[in-house]
Amino acid sequence: MNDSQEEKAALSEDKLFELPGFPDEEDLEDGPVAVVECPEEIACNVCEAACPFGAIKVGREIKSVPEIDPEKCVGCGQCVSQCPGLAVYLVDMNYTDEKALLTIPYEFSPLPEEGESVTGITREGNKSSPVKVEGVDEKENGTAIVKILVPKPEIHRIRGISIEENQS
Amino acid sequence: MLNKEVAVVGGGPAGLTASIELAKRNVDVTLIDENLQAGGQLLKQTHKFFGSEEHYAGVRGFNIARELIEDAKDLAVDFLLEGSIYSVYEDKVLAVKKEKSTRLISPERVIFATGASEKVINFPGWTLPGVMGAGAVQTFVNQHRVLPGRKFTIIGSGNVGTIVAYQLLQAGAEVAAIVEAADEIGSYYVHANKAVRSGDIPVYTSHTIKEATGGESVDSVKIAQVDDSWQPVPGTEKTIDTDVVCLAVGLRPRTKLTSLTGCRSIYSSTLGGEVPLHDESMETSTDGVYVAGDVAGVEEASIAIEEGRLAGVSAASSLGYISNSAEADQKEEIRGRLELLRGGKYGEERAEEKERIRSIFNERLTRRESSTVRR
Repeated sequence: MNDSQEEKAALSEDKLFELPGFPDEEDLEDGPVAVVECPEEIACNVCEAACPFGAIKVGREIKSVPEIDPEKCVGCGQCVSQCPGLAVYLVDMNYTDEKALLTIPYEFSPLPEEGESVTGITREGNKSSPVKVEGVDEKENGTAIVKILVPKPEIHRIRGISIEENQS
Repeated sequence: MLNKEVAVVGGGPAGLTASIELAKRNVDVTLIDENLQAGGQLLKQTHKFFGSEEHYAGVRGFNIARELIEDAKDLAVDFLLEGSIYSVYEDKVLAVKKEKSTRLISPERVIFATGASEKVINFPGWTLPGVMGAGAVQTFVNQHRVLPGRKFTIIGSGNVGTIVAYQLLQAGAEVAAIVEAADEIGSYYVHANKAVRSGDIPVYTSHTIKEATGGESVDSVKIAQVDDSWQPVPGTEKTIDTDVVCLAVGLRPRTKLTSLTGCRSIYSSTLGGEVPLHDESMETSTDGVYVAGDVAGVEEASIAIEEGRLAGVSAASSLGYISNSAEADQKEEIRGRLELLRGGKYGEERAEEKERIRSIFNERLTRRESSTVRR
């Protein structure tokens, strides 16, 4: 695998931090806040339309890369379920002293259960630490919202979960 | 012979929106589709679509189809389903076969929204059961909820390839690999990433399929790295256990009917192959014949939705159902949205190509008027 290909399948953290949809460290500390991992110009403004607080800006040129305004974002998670690219997450960095709360979109069956221990999956698809499911919200549009407790150092790495892994 | 004001051929997103625009303006319109139900490829799409509100963005493909079909039915669009057009005669007369009978339809205007067909690549073993197009995989898995295998290798990493990979994971299958001849993934990052992070799928860029092997059906594929001139590099072969090889290597406009009708076309690699020449109102070189959607150049469903609307408005106004000033406004609005949809690095190239086609159309039209080729 060459670098450009890996970059295309899963962005490096450096590239992610540069995105206009990625809040600054300070804003992350003040979370919960939406993290929009949408790096390419796609003619799409679903996140902007989904946000009741005007916290995500795409603009008239709907190809523009979404920009987050952490001041306006209250962490409601509307965008997480509605983004067609499943590219929006919520980060609540100081949920507890050791753990951050990560909200992810989830479209697999069965859904995890509250309190269940599942395996965290990185953006690259690799297994990470076990994580506890803090909440599950089944949405009408078929994209459920799952909240997981993530060790703080892993907050920018974990972007999915695997359920079966813990059953075996 | 059945006289009609407008026949729309193809009931995908473009054909449905064209019919809706016509019916809204009280035009007598028949929508002909060869399938059991209208909706086209939208019926197989379980993911949410990009775009903005006007293109049902954020709605899953099959639900977009449902909404469009409902709208068309509410407006009393006449659906002729399971109707295959086997020929087009002089003056746009459509010969339609339905069940065991045939009928001739003579419309004043025709909109061809016949979509695209899948491209295929050939390799030893490509006729083995288990080698199929991405469209067939989606029909099995997303429409009929049947897995045609357990372990899939996907050839092609464009949006279709990565979307199918994700949908296969959702259906409980394993995706053994995505194989891409170019040196980087072709799809949008978000599509590729949601597949890769959901299934830890290896993506082999700069690789091609050399062979599919098996007795009665596929049991493995051999892939190899390719060099700068796309030739397999000896000694780089890898064998992957797999029981379905899913080809997602692109689409080409389905132009059989437009070519039967005599519409002139031009080759465009950006838009998938032979594309009927058309003007900014989607009219072809044959008077009263319009195109919309993938047949007018392979793009996206949101574009097809808007092109269908544009062709519908154009046909309605040519029949006198819209005043000139209203026509201009309505077209301008749709063209504005098309322009926005064709933004970004993925869209700009297509926008330029469509512009090139329009300018060639205009050049040839001028020449043709002097030589009265136009019927």
